[in-house]
Amino acid sequence: MKPRHKRAALVLGVLSIVGLAAALVLNAFNSNLVFFYTPTQIEAKEAPVGRTFRVGGLVQPGSVVREGVTVRFVVTDTVKSVPVSYEGVLPDLFKEGKGVVAQGQLGADGHFAAREVLAKHDENYMPPEAADALQRADKMRAKMQGTLSPAPTPANGAQK
Amino acid sequence: MIPELGQVLLLLALAVALIQGVLPLAGAQRGRADWMALARPSAYLQCLLVLAAFACLTSAFVRHDFSVLYVASNSNSLLPLPYRIAAVWGGHEGSLLLWVLMLNVWTVAVARFSRSLPNVFVARILAVLGLVAAGFLLFMLVTSNPFDRLLPAAADGRDLNPLLQDPGMVAHPPMLYMGYVGFSVAYAFAIAALIGGNLDATWARWTRPWTTAAWIFLTFGIGLGSWWAYNELGWGGWWFWDPVENASFMPWLVGTALIHSLAVTEKRGSFKVWTVLLAIMAFSLSLLGTFLVRSGVLSSVHAFATDPRRGLFILIFLVLVIGASLLLFSWRAPSVGLGQRFGLLSKETSLLVNNMLLAVACGAVLLGTLYPLFLDAMGMGKISVGPPYFDTVFTLIMAPLLMLMGIGPLMRWKEDELSGLARRLRWALVLAIGAALLTSWAAGRIAPATTGALALAYWIIASMGVDLLERLRPRGGMSGGVVGRMRLLPRAMVGMWIAHLGVALFAFGVAMVKTYETERDVKMTADASTEVAGYRFRMVSVSDVQGPNYVAAQALIEVSRDGQLLATLRPEKRIYKVQSNPMTEAAVDSNLLRDLYISMGERLDNGDWIVRVQHKPFINWIWLGCLVMMGGGLLATSDRRYRSRQTRSAELPAGMAGEGTR
Amino acid sequence: MNRFLLPLGAFLLLALFLALGLRLNPREVPSPLIDKPAPAFQASTLARPEATIKREDLLGKVWVLNVWASWCAACRDEHALLVDFSRRGVAPIYGLNYKDKREDGLGWLGRFGNPYTDTLFDPEGRIGIDYGVYGVPETFVIDKAGLIRYKHIGPVTPEVLRDKIEPLLRKLDANA
Repeated sequence: MKPRHKRAALVLGVLSIVGLAAALVLNAFNSNLVFFYTPTQIEAKEAPVGRTFRVGGLVQPGSVVREGVTVRFVVTDTVKSVPVSYEGVLPDLFKEGKGVVAQGQLGADGHFAAREVLAKHDENYMPPEAADALQRADKMRAKMQGTLSPAPTPANGAQK
Repeated sequence: MIPELGQVLLLLALAVALIQGVLPLAGAQRGRADWMALARPSAYLQCLLVLAAFACLTSAFVRHDFSVLYVASNSNSLLPLPYRIAAVWGGHEGSLLLWVLMLNVWTVAVARFSRSLPNVFVARILAVLGLVAAGFLLFMLVTSNPFDRLLPAAADGRDLNPLLQDPGMVAHPPMLYMGYVGFSVAYAFAIAALIGGNLDATWARWTRPWTTAAWIFLTFGIGLGSWWAYNELGWGGWWFWDPVENASFMPWLVGTALIHSLAVTEKRGSFKVWTVLLAIMAFSLSLLGTFLVRSGVLSSVHAFATDPRRGLFILIFLVLVIGASLLLFSWRAPSVGLGQRFGLLSKETSLLVNNMLLAVACGAVLLGTLYPLFLDAMGMGKISVGPPYFDTVFTLIMAPLLMLMGIGPLMRWKEDELSGLARRLRWALVLAIGAALLTSWAAGRIAPATTGALALAYWIIASMGVDLLERLRPRGGMSGGVVGRMRLLPRAMVGMWIAHLGVALFAFGVAMVKTYETERDVKMTADASTEVAGYRFRMVSVSDVQGPNYVAAQALIEVSRDGQLLATLRPEKRIYKVQSNPMTEAAVDSNLLRDLYISMGERLDNGDWIVRVQHKPFINWIWLGCLVMMGGGLLATSDRRYRSRQTRSAELPAGMAGEGTR
Repeated sequence: MNRFLLPLGAFLLLALFLALGLRLNPREVPSPLIDKPAPAFQASTLARPEATIKREDLLGKVWVLNVWASWCAACRDEHALLVDFSRRGVAPIYGLNYKDKREDGLGWLGRFGNPYTDTLFDPEGRIGIDYGVYGVPETFVIDKAGLIRYKHIGPVTPEVLRDKIEPLLRKLDANA
C-alpha cells in the first residue's frame, strides 16, 4: 500500500467509526425521547397509551391517598385532571397544591401509572413542565371565559 | 463598610484585569518589552484584589451581616460556621466570585511557573487570561453583585439551601471550578500560540502539565459531586444525567481527549490543528456549562436564580470569546503544517480513534442536554431525554474505548505489526474473559452486558501487566535489578497506567452496582424487620432530634446478618426551620464490598414510615476509580520533563532518568 | 472554502438557539390573562381573619395586586419601592400573601413597612393558582372594569414602575 492509500484508508476508517457511532447515538436518542402532556391533552386523548411520557401540573389538594407503599394522587392543570398512582418514596418537596411532574404510562382506563415522580428542589419555582401545563390551562380558561361572558370593552378599545 | 470595600476592590480588580488584558497583548504585537513586563505584576495585583474582595464577602457571612442581600438570601443566624463559609459560594453571585478567584489563582500559577518560557508568549497568555477575568468581573458587577446592600437590613436570613448543607458541598464547587477554570490556561496557551504562530511540539510540552492539572481538579470535582448527590439527595443514585452534571462532564470528556492529543503533538508533532481546536472546545464547554447552569435556560437542581439579563450577558460573552477564538483558529489553522507520517496500525491511530470516540461521546451528551431546549425554542413542545438514552449511548461508546485502552499503550509510534501485538496480548485477553466469567458466577448471575463490562475492566489491567512485565524484563546492556528498572520508568508513563487503572476500577464498580444492586420500599413500624440481599434491617424506634437549625425524625435501625449485629444506622427526615422544607438525610453503612443505604420516605397517618432500603455492591469503587485516576494525573504532571531547568530538582529521588523511552 | 470555518459556523448556530432559548424565559411569557376579567376571589385579610375582601369590592377603581410572601427573598428587593409607591398614592395597592403563615406575614410587614391598602391571605395558594402565579413576587394591574391589564413576573424594578406601571395607571385613571 502506498502512503497515500494508507492515508485514505485511515480517513475512511475514522469516518466510518464516527458515522456508525453517530447512527447508534441517534437511534438510542429517538427511542428515549420522553414527551410531555398536560392533563387537558390527556383528557382530549392526545397522549399515547402504553408509551412512557411525562404529565405535569399541581397536586390536587386533598387528593393524596396512601395505601402502604402505594400512593394515589390527582394531577391537575386547574382545568382538567388525571389520577396517578405511584409506588415508593415520594420526593421531599412533593406537597399538595404544589407543582409536580410524573413520568410513566397511561393505562387504557385513563389512569396514569407513574414510575418516577419529580418535584423541584426549590421552594419558589415549579418544574417548568408543571408551569407550562398551568399556562396552557390559563389560555384555555381565558378562551372559554371569552366565549361565555363577553368582556366589557374598555372605552379606549382593547389594547394589544 | 466592609461590603463597600469589597465593591471597590472588585472595581479595581476589573481595571487591573483590563490593563493585564490589553497592554501586554499590544506590547507583544509591537515588540514593546515595557508593556509586556506589565503582565506578571498585574496578574499578582489582580489576584490580591479579588482575594481581598472574597475575604470581605466571607467576613460578611461570618459576622451575620444581613444588610448584604446575598448574605440575607443564603445564610441565617442559626447556620453553623463551616456552612456559613461554604455559603459564600452557595448562590449565584458568590459562585461567580469564586470563579474569578480561581481564575486568578491559575493565572498567578502560570505567571509564577513560566520563567523559562519566551517573554512574548507569556505576555500573550497572561493577557488572554486577563481578558477572560475582565469579562467575568464585568458580568458580576453588572448583573450579579454579591455586595448589593439590603436596606433596611433583614432581621434574619433566608438560610442556605438545605441541600447544600453537607460536607461534600463545601468542597465540591471549588474543586469543580478549579477544573473548569483550569482549562482556561490550556485555552490561553492555544490562543497565544495561534497569535504567535508557534504551534509546535515545544508548545505542547508546555501545555501538557497545565491541562492535566485542570483535568485532575475536574475529575475530583465531578467525583465529589456524584458522591454528594448519592449521600445527600436520598435516592441512592450517583449520577442522574442532570443538565448540570452534563455541563461538568462535557468539558471532562473533551479535556480527556485533549490530554491524549497533546501527547501526540508533543511526541510526533501531529494533530496540531485538532489539539488547538480541542483546547478551545474544552474551555468553551466550561463557559457553556456556566451559561447553562447560571442562566436558568435549563432549570435543574442548581438553577437557583433566573434572571434573563444574566443569561444574555453570558451568551454575549460566550459569542465574543468563542467566536473570536474560532475566527482566529480558521485564519491561522491552514498555515499549520502536518506532523510526521504514521501507519495505519500505530499509536497515533489508536489515539486518533480515542479522540474521535470521546468527541462523539461529548456530542451525544450535548445533544441530549440541548435538544429539549432546541425543540422548546422552535415551539415544538416540551420533551425530556431520559437517562436510558445516556446510559445506552455511553455503554456503546465506552466499550470500544476501553477495548482500545488495553491495546493503545502497548503500540509503537509510527508503525506497528498486528501479529506481534496479538502475540503479546493473547494471554491478557484469555485472562480477562476468564476472570469476568468467574466474577459473574461468584456474584450469582451471568448477564452478558455485565460480563462484557467486567471483561473490559480486567482486560485493561491484564494488558497493563503485560506492558509492565516487558519493561521490567532484563534487557541487554542494562544493569541493576528489577527495582532499579522500576526507577527508570518515566513518571508520565506510570501516571498513565495508574489513570487507566482508575478507569478499570470505575468500570468494575459501575458494572457491579448496576447489575447486582437491590432496593426495596417498605412500610416500617417500631420493631418491624425487612430482609434485603441477605441483610436483616430492624427498626428499633423513631425519635425526634434537634439539630442546630433543623428538627428531625430519626429512625434507629439495626442491621444484622445471620444473627450478627453489624451496624446501627440513623437515617433522618429533617425539617429545616427557616425554609420549612423537608430533607432526607440517608444513613449509609459503607465498606469496599458494598453499601447499605437507608432513607426515610414519608410518615403515614398511623405513625408508620415508608423506608427505602438499598444494597449497593462495590459502589465505592466508582469513587475509588476517580481517586486513582487523579493519582495517575498527579504523577504524570510531576514528570521531570515539564520542569524548567531553573527549578530545583532536589526533591527528585536520585537515579530518576529524565526522558523515558516512549 | 476554508474548512476551518466549520467549527465557527457550528458554534454560531448553537449560540442562535441558546439565544432563542433565553427568550423563552418564563418571565417573558405574556400572561394569557391580559385583558381578561380578573379571576374572582373571596379571601380573609391578613390582619383581621374575620374580615373578607371580594373581587367585586374593588370594581370601579384602578388597583395593583402584588403577590408576596415572607419566605421570598426577591420580595425584599422590591419592597422599599412599593412602600415609596404607596406613599405617593398613585393607586391603591393590595397584597396577596401567598402560601405563608399569618404571623410570619404580619411580622414581615411590621419589619419592612406595609405599603398595602389591605392584604388578602392565601395560605393554600388557591387564589394564586387562579391568577396563574408560579413564582413570587408577581404584580398585576387591574382596571375599573375588573380586567387585568398588565402582569409583571419577578421583582418590580424602578424602570418597570416608571416606564410601564405608572403610565398605565395614569392612563386607566383618565378613562372614566
